[in-house]
Amino acid sequence: MGATQTHSEYQYENMVGKTGFSTEQIKNLHMRFQQLSGNEKTLRREHLKNIPALANNPIKTEIIEAFFDKRNQLDNELGSYEEIGFEEFLMVMSHFRPLSIKTSEEERTAMRRQKVRFLFNMHDTDGDGKITLEEYRKAVEELLSESGTIGQEGARAIADAAMLEVASTNVPNLGPDDFYEGITFEHFEEILKDLEMESRMHVRFLDMNTANLRCGKTSS
Amino acid sequence: MNYSSTKRALAVLITCTFLSLPHGCNGESPHKPNAGATILPPTKPDNGPQAYPEDVPSNLPVFTMDYPRIQIPFEITLWMLLASFAKIGFHVYHKITIWVPESCLFISIGLIVGAIMHSVHEEPPAALSSNVFFLYMLPPIVLDSGYFLPTRPFFENVGTVLWFAVVGTLWNSIGIGMSLFAICHIEAFGVQDINLQENLLFAAIISAVDPVAVLNVFEDISVNEQLYIVVFGECLFSDAVTVVLYNMFSFVAEMEVVEPEDVFLGVARFFVVGLGGMGFGVLFGFVAAFTTRFTSRVREIEPLFIFMFSYLAYLVAELFSISSIMAIVCCALTMKYYVEENVSQRSCTTIRHVVKMLGSISETLIFFFLGVVTITTDHEWNWGYILFTLLFTFLWRGLGVLVLTQIINPFRTIPFNMKDQFGLAYGGLRGAISFALAFTLPDSIGRKQLFVTATIAVILFTVFLQGISIRPLIEFINVRRTNRDIESINVEIHSRLMEHTMAGVEDLCGQWSHFYWKDKFMKFNNRILRRVLIRDSRAESSIVALYKKLELQNAMEILDTVSGDISAAAPSLVSLEQEKKESAKPKKTFMAQDLKNMHNLLSKNMYKIRQRTVAFTSKYALPNDNQPREILIRRHASIRRSLRPGSFQSTIPNSQKYFSLPTGQSLGSKYPSARPSYADDHETMSEVAYPTRRSRFSQPKRSSSGAMMPLHRLGTLKEVPSTDFLNESQGESFGKVHSKPRTGSSHSDSRFPAHRRHFDPPVDNNNGSADDVRNEDEAEEEQQRQHRGALRPPPSWAAEPRDDTPRNPLLRQPQWNPKK
Repeated sequence: MGATQTHSEYQYENMVGKTGFSTEQIKNLHMRFQQLSGNEKTLRREHLKNIPALANNPIKTEIIEAFFDKRNQLDNELGSYEEIGFEEFLMVMSHFRPLSIKTSEEERTAMRRQKVRFLFNMHDTDGDGKITLEEYRKAVEELLSESGTIGQEGARAIADAAMLEVASTNVPNLGPDDFYEGITFEHFEEILKDLEMESRMHVRFLDMNTANLRCGKTSS
Repeated sequence: MNYSSTKRALAVLITCTFLSLPHGCNGESPHKPNAGATILPPTKPDNGPQAYPEDVPSNLPVFTMDYPRIQIPFEITLWMLLASFAKIGFHVYHKITIWVPESCLFISIGLIVGAIMHSVHEEPPAALSSNVFFLYMLPPIVLDSGYFLPTRPFFENVGTVLWFAVVGTLWNSIGIGMSLFAICHIEAFGVQDINLQENLLFAAIISAVDPVAVLNVFEDISVNEQLYIVVFGECLFSDAVTVVLYNMFSFVAEMEVVEPEDVFLGVARFFVVGLGGMGFGVLFGFVAAFTTRFTSRVREIEPLFIFMFSYLAYLVAELFSISSIMAIVCCALTMKYYVEENVSQRSCTTIRHVVKMLGSISETLIFFFLGVVTITTDHEWNWGYILFTLLFTFLWRGLGVLVLTQIINPFRTIPFNMKDQFGLAYGGLRGAISFALAFTLPDSIGRKQLFVTATIAVILFTVFLQGISIRPLIEFINVRRTNRDIESINVEIHSRLMEHTMAGVEDLCGQWSHFYWKDKFMKFNNRILRRVLIRDSRAESSIVALYKKLELQNAMEILDTVSGDISAAAPSLVSLEQEKKESAKPKKTFMAQDLKNMHNLLSKNMYKIRQRTVAFTSKYALPNDNQPREILIRRHASIRRSLRPGSFQSTIPNSQKYFSLPTGQSLGSKYPSARPSYADDHETMSEVAYPTRRSRFSQPKRSSSGAMMPLHRLGTLKEVPSTDFLNESQGESFGKVHSKPRTGSSHSDSRFPAHRRHFDPPVDNNNGSADDVRNEDEAEEEQQRQHRGALRPPPSWAAEPRDDTPRNPLLRQPQWNPKK
């Protein structure tokens, strides 16, 4: 694990090439990383779970898991880390880089694909490349967990309907002997192709130093 | 096109009626020959009776006519009627309004009426005086756009919007003014007498963009939200800036010499006026919100407060000569959120309708009037000046967008690309406000005629040329679009998921763009503002109240997704009509219908989290202004219901409506009676979606009996057994079912889904025995069961997967897989 950085300028530059962030942004994120980890070299799940702002988020666990997911490091490994270093942290963050005006069409598609992949990985908890009904239900349930009166059954109904929809849009000619085992990544991409992502899945990573701003302090 | 002749005939008819009236009453008062088609004839009517007092008979008259007495309101009414008829006319053949913006049509009608009036040598109506415009016509227009400003995108892009509106308008006014002033030095044009101040005044007038037509186009082809909101906001705030500039320059234009300190005072005044207006607006907005807290007993006058307070804000701002537009816009923005929570659903609807109605009437009249004036007034046509005005208008607009975007882009998460910029620049139509401002210029301006002519030229040019061409152009260059009518459940789920993810990631990396401030504000809002402004009695049960409201809307949405989708975007002038249009269309296909149904179920449920997160955890979104959208849904629902294909379908919305309307709670948990309606819905849906299944209608008792039993857990996904298998298993299951002395099973051969509802009560305790019957059941039932299971407490057992059953090869329906 690349958890041992000296955080020299050299390493920053290394990461600039890898993640596409600017040096300034990496510095900022590094400060945040240290803030979260309490100046340790690695970040564990407990660190993230303690962020107060995250406490209200219904899909908190998924988000935290995503940071420890090896698949989000773009090197085709499965499984998850116990703790992550700054580089891994940065790699996950790089999914949310905003598009710039210069981004070419291919890059856009690639970035979009990356984001879709990120979402897909959030659902596919066992890493078998398919979102099964159970996984999907779990996700929807958690999403709906904020609304008490809906309850599990409502969430299930929705997940089922959604699953049926995926099945029917993607495999219209499903043979009589076939089962729809789960949503594959291609199917996942297909159903989300109309979804506007350009304006969503982005974080404006600041170039300036946020430590002087109030939001940096109240955050943890 | 036969339509347009109708329209014309209508216009002529009305105009003739209308023109003949004064002549008709000439018999009574022959001294008043030419009062004709004036909306507001200054004082003539009053002179009438006094001029010939001896005409008044001494006896008690059997029949009298007192036209002068009613003339003003009468003629105003007729004008409005004429405009409204025209509007009806356009929408009889709605393709016209798709390709030609409404404003063009109104101007055309105005031109026709003007031509008629001109040919009979009528006076042009002297309706539009400065006071009438500023006190009566402008407020509704601005209130309309202020009230319907989509709040969330607006605040997300508030910087850009204000940047373009304020700086952009200043840029245009000063740029155009200066350039025109330079042109005035060319002797060949003969306009040397126009000084700098007058040029600036004129430039300010034609800087007010009014892109209602553009907004409609944008809405139709659903361009991306950012572009849309910037154009919307620009139109709103550029009006404010323009009026401020107008007042300032028209004051300056009267001055002989402009001292340097006047310039600084002007700049200072600009800010005082703008910020002052904002302050008054917010103040009145809070007062209005606070007032509606107490109106629960007097529902019938509730909407009145909204209008009165907005208008009061406007008038008070006028009184102190600060920006009244800013005041009314801020007032509307501030109170909207609180008021809509306080007032009843009906009042809310009323408010929206009346705001829309007043706004559109006002604008219609101005466009109409523009047409009339174009024909009937004397113009001062100066080729050089007018052509250069046109040129500069385009040039500075384009330049402005280009330059301002370069400056603002680094601050935006999603920068505007060239296509967006083109849309923004090309969307700069000039409209009603420009015309009204020019027309109400004080007479002391030497070249008023020229200014009016030039303004009309610019408006006609932009409205006709750009207004008509913008739709094909935008479609051609393929501006980035936001797909607003999302029809799939997955998309809905994932957009929520993404929102939460983003919020979480922003928390994680500790960089809040606007989320941080949003959060701060929402905390303040929840702790203080809501407590003060929203009625106490709801405080303890606010969740229930909220759910009630949501349930109501959900129920309405079930009835009417289409209009829901449309009004999801900011409703602007035409969207109401489009809804109607939409409702008049026959339903497309069964398939689409089903997608909608599925979507309904989701949105119904998704709504609640959305609401929850917004209102209570309040971190992940601004107040969701989709929430109270319900314009016209109820009315259209009835139309739609009748249009729905299939009789069985038409019964469903009813039941849903009745079941879900009165609840304050979740449908599933509290109202058992609501469940069958869900089931019906789903079953219908699936039947419709996969028509091949209809062949299995031969044994609907399955599903119907299924409806009565506690069902399998949803997790079990099964294949469809082939029909022949079903047939044999049917007999088998018949036997089994009938062998049990159950109330439900005796009815189980009822063929019609509609009947099912009656049988629901006897449901709940026949689990184990039905088990094996269940197992042979078809996928339809399976599916239904799933939904049912979702709505009931989950049964403790699950069906076994039946992988070995033969299947009907005809069934195209993808099966659920018993993955477990």
